[in-house]
Amino acid sequence: MLTVECDNNDMDQIENLKKKSRNMRKRILELTYSTGKNGAHLGGALSAVEIIATVYDQVLRYDVNDPSGKNRDRFIVSKGHCAIALYTALEQVGFLTKEELDTFETNGAPYYAHASRNILKGIEFSGGSLSLGLSFAVGVAIANKRDGLNNHVYVLVGDGECNEGLVWESLMSAAHFNLNNLTVIVDQNGLQSDGNTEDIMNCASLAAKFSSFGFHSQEVDGHDVAALCDAFRLRNQELPNAIIARTIKGKGVSFMENNRDWHHASLSQKQYELALAEQDDRDK
Amino acid sequence: MIEINKLNSRIYSKLGQSGTIFGIGLFDVMNDKADIFVLSSDMSRPAGLDRFKTMYPDRFYNVGIAEQNLMGIAAGLASEDNTVIVTAQAAFISMRSCEQLRQYLGYMKSNVIAVGISAGFALTYFGNTHYAIEDMAITRSIPGMTVISPSDAGQAAKALIAAVRLKSPVYIRLTGTLNCPVVYEQEYEFEIGKSIQLKEGNEITLFATGSMVHPCLNAAAIIEEKGISVRVLDVHTIKPLDEKAVMKCLDSALLVSVEEHNIVGGLGTSIAELMAEKGNCPPLLRLGVKDSFSHPGDYAYLLAQNRLQPDLIAEDILKEYQKTKQ
Repeated sequence: MLTVECDNNDMDQIENLKKKSRNMRKRILELTYSTGKNGAHLGGALSAVEIIATVYDQVLRYDVNDPSGKNRDRFIVSKGHCAIALYTALEQVGFLTKEELDTFETNGAPYYAHASRNILKGIEFSGGSLSLGLSFAVGVAIANKRDGLNNHVYVLVGDGECNEGLVWESLMSAAHFNLNNLTVIVDQNGLQSDGNTEDIMNCASLAAKFSSFGFHSQEVDGHDVAALCDAFRLRNQELPNAIIARTIKGKGVSFMENNRDWHHASLSQKQYELALAEQDDRDK
Repeated sequence: MIEINKLNSRIYSKLGQSGTIFGIGLFDVMNDKADIFVLSSDMSRPAGLDRFKTMYPDRFYNVGIAEQNLMGIAAGLASEDNTVIVTAQAAFISMRSCEQLRQYLGYMKSNVIAVGISAGFALTYFGNTHYAIEDMAITRSIPGMTVISPSDAGQAAKALIAAVRLKSPVYIRLTGTLNCPVVYEQEYEFEIGKSIQLKEGNEITLFATGSMVHPCLNAAAIIEEKGISVRVLDVHTIKPLDEKAVMKCLDSALLVSVEEHNIVGGLGTSIAELMAEKGNCPPLLRLGVKDSFSHPGDYAYLLAQNRLQPDLIAEDILKEYQKTKQ
């Protein structure tokens, strides 16, 4: 059982986490390129990289050799569009092999745009339809708490996803049932399919909204792994928690950042090489 | 303990399908299993859950008026090795949370039993917003779902017990009102997917489901007064359809389906699909709601408006039967 306590004073740990994030980005680009013209949900996957990397490296308690262990923490990706980012983390920690993930978006392969629940591979939820993961997570948290488990349920949602009414039904119920074993992370990248979230459906003051629904809310830079570590460590023990992670859609690839055209897109060879070179530069 | 006999069937009738499921049948399954939860979206009182809430307060969750979240929480609980029974009005459990039924129950195969109370026209003066005449069509089209439409209160309880044992997603549709007619006065075997022949006869076969089984027995009596023999089947399971039982009825000159549901997508459609595949079948008359909304009124008024009272059922069948003789 991995039980790493987050400590941002340990610079090696932080540097290591940054490196893991870069590797995830490279792999996301590689897998997207491998799909040819099909493409992938690049923008929202790249914005969630540091969040997911931090969760798997520093927060989540799990055992690759006992994937269905009752006491494991649950990480539920409600923002199902970023499955490709989840896959790369699962590969990095050993739930998936390179050979398995290389089948991404090939006919009949189990790894496609939206992950399908497979506990043995570390996938807790069949994501894709927005908001359904959060509601499911509330049920899981109720069950885990009843069972007296000393675990925690983490859910990743998107800010665009917060347009969905079910998100707010779920939040209301999480507070009502006193789910202090639930932490919701919002990947607030400010963009959704059609444009800026504030233009499409203004969901301003997300942290205040979560607080008013009975959550302990924190806002952090969602690409600052040290800040993310702190936020996870500073969880309120009595309330359900929300971490509003401000991120950049398409983060890490200059021509994708804050550009909604990369919500779902394919990569030409030239674009792929450019994007990859930017990652390599950061490795130096 | 659910036990069908003359006295009990009267008691169950008084409670209606919902009252019998949640006031009596539920306690049978609670005796069997410790990992059962019941969830409702602010509908526990109309559903008849008061006794359950008193006896098992820690097994019940009210999630408020939020049918979508109802299904999500249920699926989450089910994913942790529990059996979850959820209940809300049939109109809302099948339509407000339609996608949740598809995703959590169908796609993710969650061990959840969704019980739709007040299906059909049971909510009378509440009007069309509260009628469920599409729920069988919707739930039937979801891969992996079992759909049950019990014919009387005792059978509703038997259906719940069978559904819990199934350990896969089930939708149970409860029809009728309090004091619903008794179809079964003696103990019998209830098996999901196996229809029950209630009356012998071969010139006309009536396939009835839910609240329409009892009126069909009365309609059959009216028709038989004309010297025409009628077979009546209680098709309590809409999916999987008891295909063998249907195919055994092809000796009739006329087949009739009767349901308190739109004729689009329910029992009649299921039988029509099967017959179209097999070919060389007798004509099928589909009785039910003729793809329209209704003018609200009391239950008897609504059934009459949709020609679902015994005399009207008999009249429509005889008219169609005459055509087969021309």
